[in-house]
Amino acid sequence: MTHESRPWIMPVPNPSPDWSSEHPIWNPIAETLPRAEREALQLERLRELVGRVARVPFYRDLFAHREIGPHSIRSLADLRRLPFTTKDDLRRQHPLGFLAVPRRDLARIHGSSGTTGKPTFVAYTAGDLRIWSELCARFLVAGGLRPEHTAQVAFGYGLFTGGFGLHYGIERVGATVIPAAAGNTRRQIEIMRDLDPEALICTPSYALTIADAARELGMDPRALPIRFGHFGGEPWTEDMRREIEDQLDIAAFNNYGLSEVIGPGVSGECTARTGMHLQEDHFLVECLDPETLEPVPEGEPGELVITTLTREAMPMIRYRTRDIARLDRGPCACGRTTTRMSRVAGRTDDMLIIRGVNVFPSQIEEALLRVEGTTPHYLIEVSRPGTLDEVRVKVEIHPEIFSDRMDRMQAVRDRISREIQTVAGIRAHVDLVEPRSIERFVGKARRVLDTRGLNERES
Amino acid sequence: MKLQQLSLFLENRPGRLDAPLETIAAEGINILTLSLADTAQFGILRLIVREWDKAKRVLEQAGWVVNLTEVVAVDVLDRPGGLAAVLKILDGAGLNIEYMYAYSLRRGDKAILIFRFEDPDRAIQILLDQGLHVVDGDELMSFAAA
Ligand SMILES: [Zn+2]
Repeated sequence: MTHESRPWIMPVPNPSPDWSSEHPIWNPIAETLPRAEREALQLERLRELVGRVARVPFYRDLFAHREIGPHSIRSLADLRRLPFTTKDDLRRQHPLGFLAVPRRDLARIHGSSGTTGKPTFVAYTAGDLRIWSELCARFLVAGGLRPEHTAQVAFGYGLFTGGFGLHYGIERVGATVIPAAAGNTRRQIEIMRDLDPEALICTPSYALTIADAARELGMDPRALPIRFGHFGGEPWTEDMRREIEDQLDIAAFNNYGLSEVIGPGVSGECTARTGMHLQEDHFLVECLDPETLEPVPEGEPGELVITTLTREAMPMIRYRTRDIARLDRGPCACGRTTTRMSRVAGRTDDMLIIRGVNVFPSQIEEALLRVEGTTPHYLIEVSRPGTLDEVRVKVEIHPEIFSDRMDRMQAVRDRISREIQTVAGIRAHVDLVEPRSIERFVGKARRVLDTRGLNERES
Repeated sequence: MKLQQLSLFLENRPGRLDAPLETIAAEGINILTLSLADTAQFGILRLIVREWDKAKRVLEQAGWVVNLTEVVAVDVLDRPGGLAAVLKILDGAGLNIEYMYAYSLRRGDKAILIFRFEDPDRAIQILLDQGLHVVDGDELMSFAAA
């Protein structure tokens, strides 16, 4: 099969970035398409996709049952007639039941980390890999990478999509890659000092590990040569961004992706840093209420549901990411016309329904961050003493907010309550508690204690 | 002339006061006076001790959040109107009292009050100008020993 016989790859023209511009755009055509043109392209690709996924037994059966075919897609709104795909569906088709191409057409197989069960495999054709590099190149350039730069990749190389995805993206931009891979932090620092990379590519927590290690070696992490970093692969906060930027004296950019749809490259930040630009010529992204599965009003948090428009080996129809974020379709200062998504604010698995309102632990964290400038240890206790849900947020006292004055302490507590009301839309009792009084667990801290008996949650 | 006061955050539950006091006692540090301000849910314990720096260190090592504040001790005639007279002076000078409490020991016909001012230096100046007796650390200690 030649690529010419797969029209869904082609309509993206070869990029010709204007490197003389202060904020170059890797693919000036695809990333700045007027909304109407992009939607026309999406519709064409969606219709073609619906025909193509009929080669996957899972979709063929569902479509046959619902009498769905390319003819069913007359507008983008018809996306909502299509069924969802979940992680459980992928597991049930283990290992490669979702292939839409013959096995011999595969160029690579990656896997998800499998923290919640057995790993799921993700397959790519050569065409998929080309598109993946293109998508990574887009966000890398949006966040400062130039062909003359050197980037150190301190992501794991392996089944995990982070290392290889970013590696090929950097090569695609024409920059130099140092495939340092994850681990051996001292060695990472030596490489940095020897080779002067401008960019660091890793998880946000590993960036902080590098800063720690530099200090242990008696060095000032701010003196390291790196000037910016692209961080992803795990959820992080604005608080963490400030830490990274301050400790390493760099600009830190966020990117998003998940292996089930492709890996990193679904979206990434530009220098305006007001959200991550979604690559909408390749993905249709919905933001839905995870309970009702209806779209949330624009700007409200909801579950991202992603349809891959151009993936060949393993196309996904309405894949439920379980990631909670907000979408912003407003214009961006950088000139890109694509929708931006917020940082991932939580997982649907963590979602609490309190008096009918969807609440995420991350919203409580945001409220605490606003009041205290940092995230203390906290615990959300949800109970139902009578017929109504009651929320009690326990917040550990730390030196920065402790005062000998009772009025100040009460003011802190009241401000936390008000911010929780603003951010999460619920009324919560706030208890200030002694330091180290909230139980710690190895690895993850338990953030929620739900005693309503409605659902067992451990998060 | 200022005194160093330690403050601790405590949850308001029975017996909660014991732990920090035992921590200090175990180090042989004398507590000169203490006061507890509390709400239904939490409290702030304020302590004046002989060796505040050592006390602060051992309390922090034991995991408490400890705050250090400067307070001012003033002696007042322990009779009706004694306190009112001092408050009137402070009020007249426009000094804000964040809080106050009585020292645990008395000296003859005098009681000692501990004041937390927004601006302790200015407060001391005004108190002295008005002929009041500001009790400094050494004096407070010596009289506790007496
Ligand atoms: Zn932008």
